[in-house]
Amino acid sequence: MVVSAPLWSVLVVPAVLLVFTLAAVTGDALLAARTAGRPVAAAGAAGPLVEATRLLVGQRRTTLAPDALLWRLGLLTVSVAGVLAAVVIPFGGMTASRMSVGVVWFNAMEVLTWAGLWMAGWGANSVLSMVGGYRFVAQGLAYELPLMFALITAATGAQSLNVADIVGAQRNLWFVVWMPVAFVVYLAGVYAFSFLGPFAYPAGTDLAGGVLAELSGVDRLMVEAGRWLLLTAGAGMAVPLFLGGGDGPLLPEWVWSTLKTLAVLAVLVWVRRRLPTLRADRYLELAWVVLIPLTILQALAAALVVLTLGGAP
Amino acid sequence: MTDVVFWVLALLAAASGFMVFRFTSMARATIALLVSFLATGGLLILLGLGYLGVVVVLMMTMEMVIMAVFMVAYMMNPAGLMPMAMYHNKRGSLAISIAVFVLLGAGIFLAPWPQRGGAEPADPTFQLGMALMGPQMLTMVTLGFVLFAAMVAAVVLATHRGRYDRFGDDLSRRSADDPVPGGVGR
Repeated sequence: MVVSAPLWSVLVVPAVLLVFTLAAVTGDALLAARTAGRPVAAAGAAGPLVEATRLLVGQRRTTLAPDALLWRLGLLTVSVAGVLAAVVIPFGGMTASRMSVGVVWFNAMEVLTWAGLWMAGWGANSVLSMVGGYRFVAQGLAYELPLMFALITAATGAQSLNVADIVGAQRNLWFVVWMPVAFVVYLAGVYAFSFLGPFAYPAGTDLAGGVLAELSGVDRLMVEAGRWLLLTAGAGMAVPLFLGGGDGPLLPEWVWSTLKTLAVLAVLVWVRRRLPTLRADRYLELAWVVLIPLTILQALAAALVVLTLGGAP
Repeated sequence: MTDVVFWVLALLAAASGFMVFRFTSMARATIALLVSFLATGGLLILLGLGYLGVVVVLMMTMEMVIMAVFMVAYMMNPAGLMPMAMYHNKRGSLAISIAVFVLLGAGIFLAPWPQRGGAEPADPTFQLGMALMGPQMLTMVTLGFVLFAAMVAAVVLATHRGRYDRFGDDLSRRSADDPVPGGVGR
């Protein structure tokens, strides 16, 4: 049973999200060190913090005739969207916001990245960065509908858009067991809206960094942190949507939530290095020809199960 | 508290809606329109229509970003390097829009609003949906299909390469002849 935490807990959400994000980034740095043949040690683990500090004190780059208003607004939006998306994620038996339309809220906040990255790409008045921004919009058209159907499937299983109700409906059987397609498509969507791993196309190395091309100092920190915050928020949301939330034997609920979130994050961080970057036009066809029909069938299956049994099994 | 949030959002919605016509850059004009819609979504949430408000935020963000792409593609002077306005006939359009704004605003204050009978419903969105669509569900469903058919027809008419270009005159080609190969290896 998930209950509402007091209102001030909204302020705790960014802190908790930041701790998990730091864990993900550190794990990623260690994996990078191992791949590169460097010693996997404390120095490597501290790498992201050192880099963040360097960016924090570094000078911001300006370009010729940028649209400064849209540029800064876009850079801010990526991180803000990640934090706002996390507000509805229940952690253990508590949730900062028990809003009745939590699933739609999560979806809407993640979609704010569309506007954010497009503005960040446009504002710099630089070709590479603008192409990066446009790439994210193209990628958005591909990933968004399958992701929406995956979210709808979980909501259908619980017959509610309230994330707390979705956790409650998994008391007997986790949704991942009877909604495996939705779960996998959801995880692909998490990579896509945080433009990491196979979906790093908008910030691709073939574009000299794409949306990141003209960013330095705190600007770069905002976007780099933002994409990892989005990845972590996505991993955190996978737990209440598909993995039963804080449900588990013996240990307290918050420990189970922590373990599950870390497990999903570990899978995402590990798999991201094993997959090549996908071009948006290739993924678009895969998404619309294969994934949308599959996720619609998955949602239909979930609806039929709920209709037959009168609720989640 | 509710009053403060209302006025902040209402002024933001009206001001950024006005700024759409002040900005000379198509990118800024589109984002100003998006900000106006986001504030309107916030107002809907304030009314207790949480679902509608959040859906407005969700849909309008996607729609405005896609619109920005087309605005930039089709306008003569997208980046605002030379001043370009979103209106023609400045005086006339300003007069018409102010007149319409005043008329609608006056309507709010002059209309005989009914008194609330009974308590606030548990889910106002559900009530609103029933009031709007309940008796006209058949009309709404038909309308939905007509709109969808119109969209498909528009795409079919606008597409540069039809199936005869892709699969040959007698549609006998097994894999499509596309300039850019797709992602599922057809």
